[in-house]
Amino acid sequence: MDKPWNNKAWFMVLPVLVLVAFSAVIPLMTVVNYSVQDTFGNNVFFWVGTAWYEDILASTRFWEAMGRNLAFSAIILAIQIPLGIFVALNMPRKGWGVPVCLVLMALPLLIPWNVVGTIWQVFGRIDIGLLGYTMNSLGINYNYVSDPVAAWITLVLMDVWHWTSLVVLLCYAGLVSIPDAYYQAAKIDGASRWAVFRYIQLPKMNRVLLIAVLLRFMDSFMTYTEPFVVTGGGPGNSTTFLSIDLVKMAIGQFDLGPAAAMSIVYFLIVLLLSWVFYTVMTNYGRDS
Amino acid sequence: MARVECNHIRHAYGANPTSPKDYALKEVNHIFEDGGAYALLGPSGCGKTTLLNIISGLLHPSHGELRFDGRDVTNLSTQERNIAQVFQFPVIYDTMTVYDNLAFPLRNRSVPEADVDRRVRETLEMTGLSDMADRRARGLTADQKQKISLGRGLVRHDVNAILFDEPLTVIDPHMKWVLRSQLKQLHRRFGYTMVYVTHDQTEALTFADQVVVMYEGEIVQIGTPAELFERPRHTFVGYFIGSPGMNVMPVSVSGRSARLGSQTIELPGALAGETSVDAELGIRPEYVRIGTEGFPATIRKVEDIGRHKIVRATVDGHEIAAIVGENAEIPSEPKIAFDPAGINIYADSWRVELGG
Repeated sequence: MDKPWNNKAWFMVLPVLVLVAFSAVIPLMTVVNYSVQDTFGNNVFFWVGTAWYEDILASTRFWEAMGRNLAFSAIILAIQIPLGIFVALNMPRKGWGVPVCLVLMALPLLIPWNVVGTIWQVFGRIDIGLLGYTMNSLGINYNYVSDPVAAWITLVLMDVWHWTSLVVLLCYAGLVSIPDAYYQAAKIDGASRWAVFRYIQLPKMNRVLLIAVLLRFMDSFMTYTEPFVVTGGGPGNSTTFLSIDLVKMAIGQFDLGPAAAMSIVYFLIVLLLSWVFYTVMTNYGRDS
Repeated sequence: MARVECNHIRHAYGANPTSPKDYALKEVNHIFEDGGAYALLGPSGCGKTTLLNIISGLLHPSHGELRFDGRDVTNLSTQERNIAQVFQFPVIYDTMTVYDNLAFPLRNRSVPEADVDRRVRETLEMTGLSDMADRRARGLTADQKQKISLGRGLVRHDVNAILFDEPLTVIDPHMKWVLRSQLKQLHRRFGYTMVYVTHDQTEALTFADQVVVMYEGEIVQIGTPAELFERPRHTFVGYFIGSPGMNVMPVSVSGRSARLGSQTIELPGALAGETSVDAELGIRPEYVRIGTEGFPATIRKVEDIGRHKIVRATVDGHEIAAIVGENAEIPSEPKIAFDPAGINIYADSWRVELGG
C-alpha cells in the first residue's frame, strides 16, 4: 500500500496531549516520583527504591482498609443492583408519572457528596437527628459514633440513598428501549412474568447493567467524602477506607513517600478490578 | 381451530371517541370461518393490525364482542385465547438457542418434553432451520430471525387461529415465495384458521382463499381474488388491487348509457330510474382497448414493462390507463373503447348493480 503518510497530523492532537499531560500524566508521575524517595523537609529527597512499596504491602493497616473497601463495595452492589432493577421495573412507562419519577430519581444525584454526608451525619445523630433520635426512643441501640455496626449501617444506607437512582435510571433507559412487540410476543407465547424478566428484560438490560456495576464499583471503592463527613473513619478504625487512610497518611502525618506508594498501589488495584469486571461481563453469554 | 366471529367491533385508541374519525376501526362485523385462509389487505393505517391485535387479545376493543366457536372471548387474556401471532419484525429471545426459542411457547404451557422435542424438530425442518438448532439466536441474520418468529407461531398445533402481521416484510423475495407456499401447504395439511395481514396485493392474492380489503377502518370488500379483480365493490378496491389500478372517472348515467364529457359510453346494463345521475365509471386497464374504434384519445406516455405495455392516455381531460400486448400497434389516430364486461358503475364510491 502506498498510502501517503503525513505526520503533521500529529500536531492536531497536540493541544489535547498537553491538556492530558497537565491533568493526568504529570501529577501521576509526581506521585511516582514521591513513592520512590524519602524526604525530611527542605525539599531534600533521598532515593529509597521500592522500600515504601514493600512497607505498604506488608502492613496490616493497608490490608485491613482494603478489606473494608471490598466489603463496602460488595454490600452496596448487592443492595443497589437488585433494588435498582426492581424500582426500574416498577416505574411507569407513560403518562404524567414518568417525569415525576425521573425528577425524584435524579434529585439525590444532584446533591454534592459532602452535603449528602452532612445530611446523614445530622439525620443519624442521637440527640437531634430524626433517625438516631427515633431509633433510640424505640429502644433500639443505635449510635454511629460509638458502635461500628451502626456506623456501617449508616454508611451503607447513605450510599444506597445517594446512588441507587443511578442504577434505576440506567436500567430504566434499558427497559424503555425494548420494543412493544417483545412483550406482545411474550403474551402470545404464554410467558410468565418471571420468564419475561429472565428472557426479555434482563438480556436487554445487560449492557446498561454492566455500566452500572462498573460505575458503582469504582465509585464505592474510591469513596471518601461521605464516610469522612459522617464518621471520619471511626469509631476506631472501623470505617477507615483506603482513601481515608491515604489522606491521613499524606496530609495528617505528612508521610509523602508511603502515601504516594499507597496511591499507586490503590490505583493499580482499582484498574485491575475494573478490568476484571469488564472482561467477565462483556464475555458473559457470548458465543464461543 | 376455531371459527372467529367479530361482532360489531369498533376500536378507538383515544379515551373519549366522539366522531367516526376518532375510530381506528369503524365497525367490523365479520366471521372468519374455521379452517379458512384469510388475507387482510389494505394500506398502512387502515386498521388491519388493530383488528388482528383485537383478535389475539393484545388490544381490548372499545365496542363489540369477539367469539371463538360461539364462546365470548372478549374479556379473555391473550394466553387464555390460545392464539399464535407472528409480528412484522423478528422477535427472538436472543439469549436462547434456536431450539429453545421454538420450544418456549410449548414449555410455557407445560407440554411434556418428548412432545416438545417432536414438535420443535418438525417445525425446524419446515422452516429450514434444522442446521442451526443449537446456535444462539443472537448472531443470526434478519431472515433467519424472522424464520424463528414464524416457527414459534407454527409450533403449537392446538391454537385457535394463527395470525400473521406482515410477517415476510424483512425476508428477501425468493425466500418470501418459498415461505408463503410452505404456509399454504401447512394450511392445507392441518386446516388452521389463518389470518394474514399485508399491504402487498400479490401476497394477499396468492395466500388467501378470501381476501378482506380494509380502507380507513372499515372492511370494504370480502371476496376471492377473482371477485376483487372483476367486481370491486368500492373504488378503493379497484384502485388498490391491480397494477396499475382501475380507471375511475366521473360520468353521468341515464338508463343504459353513461356520458363522459362529450362522449357516450354504452353500459352492460341499465341503472334503475329514468333521470340522469352523477356517478363514477370504473374500468380496469385490462379492459380498455386501443385501436381504431371508440372515442378519440391523446396518448401521453407508453411504459414498456416487459410482458405488456401500459398506455397512459387522456380522453376529454380524464386520464386513462390501458394495458396492451407487447407487440400491439398503436394507430396514429388512436381511439379508445371500453369492453362492456369490465365496466362497473359506482355511486358515492360504492358499486351499483346494473339491471338487465
